[in-house]
This record gives sequence, structure tokens and C-alpha cells, in this order.
Amino acid sequence: MRGYAGKFLDIDLSREKIQEVGFDENVLQSYIGGRGLAAKILWNRLGERWETVDPFAPENVLTVLTGPLTGFFPGGRVCVSGKSPQSNGMVGSTVGGEFGIDLKCAGYDGLIITGRAPKPSYITIFENEVSIKDASPIWGKDGKHTLKILTQESRRELKANFPEYGELKEPSVLYIGPAGENQTRIASVMAKWTHASGYGGYGGVMGSKNLKAVVAKGLGPLPEVEDIEKVSELIKIADKECYKSGSFRMWGTGAAGYNCGAKTSSEPVRNWQEEWHDNKGFAVDKFEERLWVKRYWADYGCPTSCLKIATPKMGEFKGAITDNPDYEMQAFLGPNLGIFTPEDNVYLASLIDDLGLCGIQAGNTLGFIAELYQRKIVNEGDLDGIQLEWGNAKAFGEIAQKIAKREGIGNTLAEGAYRAALELGKIKGMNLAALAVVEKGMAIGAHGIRSGRDFASNISYACNVQAGDHTSTAAIPSGNENSELNDILHDSGVYCNFNTFSVSLDLLWEFFDAVTGWKTLRQDWYETNGFRILNLQRAMLLLGGPDLTWKANADDENPARFYEPLPSGPYKGKEVDRKSFEESKQEYYEAVGWDKNGLPKPENLRRLGLQDVETKLRKAQVLTA
Amino acid sequence: MGSQKRIWIARDYQKCSGCRKCEIACSLFHEKRIWPEASRVRVFMLVPGAEVPHLCVQCEDYPCVSSCSMGALSISRKTGAVLVDDEKCNACGACIEACPGRVPHLHPAKKTILICDLCDGRPQCTKVCQEGNWDALQKMTRSSWQLYKVHARTPEEITRELVRGLYGEFGKEYI
Repeated sequence: MRGYAGKFLDIDLSREKIQEVGFDENVLQSYIGGRGLAAKILWNRLGERWETVDPFAPENVLTVLTGPLTGFFPGGRVCVSGKSPQSNGMVGSTVGGEFGIDLKCAGYDGLIITGRAPKPSYITIFENEVSIKDASPIWGKDGKHTLKILTQESRRELKANFPEYGELKEPSVLYIGPAGENQTRIASVMAKWTHASGYGGYGGVMGSKNLKAVVAKGLGPLPEVEDIEKVSELIKIADKECYKSGSFRMWGTGAAGYNCGAKTSSEPVRNWQEEWHDNKGFAVDKFEERLWVKRYWADYGCPTSCLKIATPKMGEFKGAITDNPDYEMQAFLGPNLGIFTPEDNVYLASLIDDLGLCGIQAGNTLGFIAELYQRKIVNEGDLDGIQLEWGNAKAFGEIAQKIAKREGIGNTLAEGAYRAALELGKIKGMNLAALAVVEKGMAIGAHGIRSGRDFASNISYACNVQAGDHTSTAAIPSGNENSELNDILHDSGVYCNFNTFSVSLDLLWEFFDAVTGWKTLRQDWYETNGFRILNLQRAMLLLGGPDLTWKANADDENPARFYEPLPSGPYKGKEVDRKSFEESKQEYYEAVGWDKNGLPKPENLRRLGLQDVETKLRKAQVLTA
Repeated sequence: MGSQKRIWIARDYQKCSGCRKCEIACSLFHEKRIWPEASRVRVFMLVPGAEVPHLCVQCEDYPCVSSCSMGALSISRKTGAVLVDDEKCNACGACIEACPGRVPHLHPAKKTILICDLCDGRPQCTKVCQEGNWDALQKMTRSSWQLYKVHARTPEEITRELVRGLYGEFGKEYI
């Protein structure tokens, strides 16, 4: 098989059992890797009892998978998955960096991790030498110190293992911060300092397995491909196209912190009470002139370098370091909290990274609790003495630390906005769920749908098998290969979707062709394979459990806030129209093979070879007809 | 030494994005594979943000060449690059110890040492870096008054200076 190392590591942390496993060529051809293969693995291992599996129980399966294009298509990523403690379904959540490259160079396409280590542990993969090591000395450490210690420790060990070699490059590390260790539902799996696999909440799953980090170092080449000359030529073409992407290269997504507020009016402002602001003090020029110390920062093979590095050089937040921040972090830890000062935003982004929280989920949860404070539903006493005024970065920082430690009010908020709303609602005797702007237990991306000027549509989140994820959203497959099937493809081939914006779909498929040599991949993807993954994800999402279960159709619904008219800005008065939403929803259901209630049609499941899914959905009474 | 103009690969670490396209280009050229550890230029990232493309500087006194008891290393008359004779190299690592920057490293799969050969005067790494307008690695003419050996430093040494420049006093915490 071309493009694959051919082996996966199956690690049971409870029994400290490490074995190499493989998949048949037809399985890889169908599911490719990353998100697609994760769906297959999770379904095989947990499908039968999905609704009873606690995402934080040892039986949950955490997958870290590359794809055949990882390392070849520009922009290296790796895809983390498992049963999500947010949606209770399965989310493919990718993170940038060199980890996937190192893993493949060590001879592995991915990791399948089960069980729970008896004590804090980390895994090292140095070539084919795989060990489980004691992480007690780094348990509790923040992100930057965790990475420092693991990098230095591993370099020492590599020097001892390969004494004759000379200097080896550092290994790549995936790790969690305190938020993951303490099993918050809104923790990321982190890489470098600022890179995060946030959607899904797999940092907490890692924490539940007592797994602080995975360190990988490979000395070998990337796997053999079908045609290396062609791959090399395609890299050149893709690079050239991406170099033309002027604004992404120049500003990353960070220019949107102002643009999405002022222009498209789709940015969360004070927990989405508004989606418009015109604060030029928060525009990207302020970030680049005052804060950036590196304008072009990239991951493996990336021509775009949408990352930038920011650090305040003076003032009380001097020394905080983060990237850009990218748009999501800008929005959720900026306007969404009533913060419009770049330094405050960088401080919070740096803190959130260090704690290993997800910037989107945490920013959304912080916005939610601040709105309760604004509405006097909670007071200082409920918040452990913190006065949570909009715009007070330090106060938000204090709450974030409590969340990561599950301390005081932080213990409730560590559940994410939706579950916190249910719990606080019980205490206060009120229905607070409408104030949690979420989709099936997950915060949505910072791209509102009321103005209709951003890319997200009325069904993007409501019908999404990835729940709130804005990087892969529900979109009606139009038959011309232009739909969310491509998002699934990027997460399964495992490379950066941002670098696909600049290249044609033909070029992308040429990459698959030149790497794998599989000739029918493209046709099969749009006819069956892409849909199969989509339906597997849908089945797992509808099975849900054990704490929450979503109903098809009834819960395929937008956050309540989006049915309130925008109170300000150029699109003042606009809201989601219920009638056209219902129409789009029905159109979507039809297009992806679901009935009018949003349930996968049995004949469609059979067409996709998912008879076992049909059987299970019937057994669980998700399908009744 | 020939009188013709020799090249030098200038490195501007602050401009290095860490895209590692130099590694990809180098290993594709020399190994016909994408092979980070078999690349003659390797980007170290001991601290995020401080990406260090690490490669031979062609010291004026070539301590690596004189350290080699096998006669495996020679100096290209054309480019001034250190050339490795794979047949003679026994991978003893003496050149690694002799290099003030610990730049040479063993080939991960063959019993030989890897040192930048300047691609016989047409370096692939600078080409790909220029294509992206990164300018972290630039092909320049070697000047007779410049002492290039000063640039032969270990990844740790370069990182230490770079991190101070990037993050100021707070950088120390992460080195």
C-alpha cells in the first residue's frame, strides 16, 4: 500500500499492552485514514454498546491517525478522535504540526489507545521502540513547561539510544494541560504551544486515560508512494497556488477579528447577544504592529503560514505568548467576552493554551457565565467572589483557571456551556439552556448565521455530524463533488484544509492518485465512501449517551439565540427564518439519504454496506419503522 | 582554493517559518524520498517559534575534513563544499565531534555521514525558500573578509540566542 507506513499501534494502557495492528487494503481504500478510519475503528469496537460508553471511561477508544497524504499534501496534521464527551458522538478533530510526520517516519500510521494507565503516564515512540513512561513529574504542568521538559528529556534519551548519530531533531509531542488532566469536557489535545485539537474534547479523554503526552520520533523516510516524481511536481504546483493566497499568508485568519464583526456581522459579541462590532482598536494592524514577533509561522510543508506569533512587550500581560491569535481565539476570547484590547486577548489565548483548554469551547463557556452574571442570574457569590464584568480579562482568566482545575464554579463550567446550563438551571429553577449557544453539547465556531454574510448556512451546525465544528459543516451534496464530503476527505487524508482553498479539486485528487495509486478512489468517494463515513458518524451521534442523547430532527436545531433578531449593525433585525431552515433541513436529509425525521433510511444504510448499523439503530430504538 | 566566486548559504533564522520545505527539497534531491532525518539541512524546533535550519557553513579551516582518518571527506574545488566519499566513510562520527556546530549526522539507513554538498553550486534548499519568498536561506557569494566559522553553532546555542531575541526575558523560561 502506497502512502501508508502499513502499521498502527494498538495500546492498552490498563494492561500496558502494546501491539502492532494492520488494516486490509479494502478498509483503507474505503475509509482512507484520519476521521474516516476513526469512524470505522470506533464503530467496530464500541458500536454495539455505544450509548452506554462513558467517554471518560477506560473503554473509550482514543485514536490518533494520519492519512496517506500526511506529509505529502502541504500542511501536516494529525486527526484525533474517540467518543466525544461533548456531542457523545464521534468527532474527527485535527491538529497541525509534525507529529503525523514523525509517526509515519517511525513506521506507524496511527495510534489506537484504550484503557487507563494506573498512574500518570506518557508514551514514547522512538522508531519502533514504544514505551509507556511515568508522567508524575509533569502531571499538573502547563503546556509550555510540559513541552519543554518532554523535549529536553526525550532528546537526552534519543542521544543515549542513538549515541553515534550526532544531533537528532527533536521529537514531536501531543500533550494535555491541566484541563485535560482534570477531565474537563472542553479540553484540547495540544501540540507545540498553541496548536490544538479542540472540537470533540479529546484532551479530557486523554486525561481520563492518565495519558499526559505522546512523544514520537521517526528516523525513516515517509512511506513509499506510487509516483514520487509526480508527488514532487504536485507539491510545487500546490505551493505556487498557495503562495498567491495573499491575505491568509499576510494575516492568517487574524484579520477576521475585526472583519467578521464589522463587515459580515457574524462574530460572537458578549455571548452572541450581538454579532457586530466596529472596534478598529481590535483590527489586525494593532496586533501585527504591537504584538507580532514572527509574521510567518508554519507547520510541516505549509506554504501559507497562517500562524503568527504574538507577545505583549509591555504592560501587565507582558510575557504571554500565543499565535496570531487566530480568528476563533480572537473572537471567543475577545469580543465574545467584551474584550477589544489585543493585549488582553493575547493574554487569555496564551493562558487558555497553557491550561490546555479549547479556545472555542472555553470562550463560549466563559461568555455564557458572563451573560448569567450580566442578567444577575448568578452573582459574585456563585462565582467564588469573582466580579465577571464584560471586558475584564483578568476575571475571565481566573474563571478559566478554575475550570481547568475543576475548582468551585469551575467544576460546573468544566462541563461546557450546555451541561453547565442544565445544572445551573436546576439550581436556579430556570431554563438556562437557551443562553448556551451550542450545537448538541458543543460550542459552534465563531461564524454566526443570522446575517447570512459568512460562510455558515442555516443548516451548517444544526445538521452537522460533527456538531458545532465550523471546519466541516453540513452542506447539501449537490452531486458535483462540492460538499461536506470534501471536508470529510481532508480530515481523512489528513492534511490542512486551508491549503486546499487555493488548489483545485482535480489537483487534490491527483495527489491521492500519485500517493496511493488507487484509481477508483475519487468516484467511490462521492458515490459511497464519503457517505458511509457521514452515516456512521450520524449513527454514533444519534446513539449518544450515556448522559445526554439527541433526537433526530428535534435536536437538529440551531441555538435559540439565532432566532432572536440581530440587535445592532448593518444586518440589524435579521434572524434565522424558521420556514426556510426547515426547508433546507429537509433538502439536506433527502440528499444524504435520511428520512424526513432525519433518520438514516434503512435502504440507504444497506446500499452503503452498513447493515450492522441498521441492526444496532433498531435495537436501540433509534429506528423504529 | 579556486579563485572563482564561491557561494554561501546565508541563514536568517528570524525569517524561518518552520515550513521545512528545505528538508523536503533536500531529501527529494538526494534521496528521492521525503526524509527529514536524511536531509542535509534540518530544521530544529527546540522551542516553538525558534526554528533553526541547521546545515554546514564550510568553516575556513574545515575541522571535519582534518578529523577524518579515513580520508572520506574532501573539499570541492568548485564550490568549497565538504564532499563525502560514501565508500570510505566508516560512520565513526569523528567529524561530528570536530564540528563546532555538530552539523554532520549519520544517514539513518546507510553507513555514511551526511554533510551539505551545496548541490554542486545549485542548492535546492535556497531555491525552494526563495520560491516562497521566505528568504530564511539565501544563496549568496562568499566574501573574503567574512569569517563564516562563527556561524557553526549547535542547535541549542542558536536557539538560546534566538529565543532571547523573540521572547525577551520571558524566553529564558522555555530554553
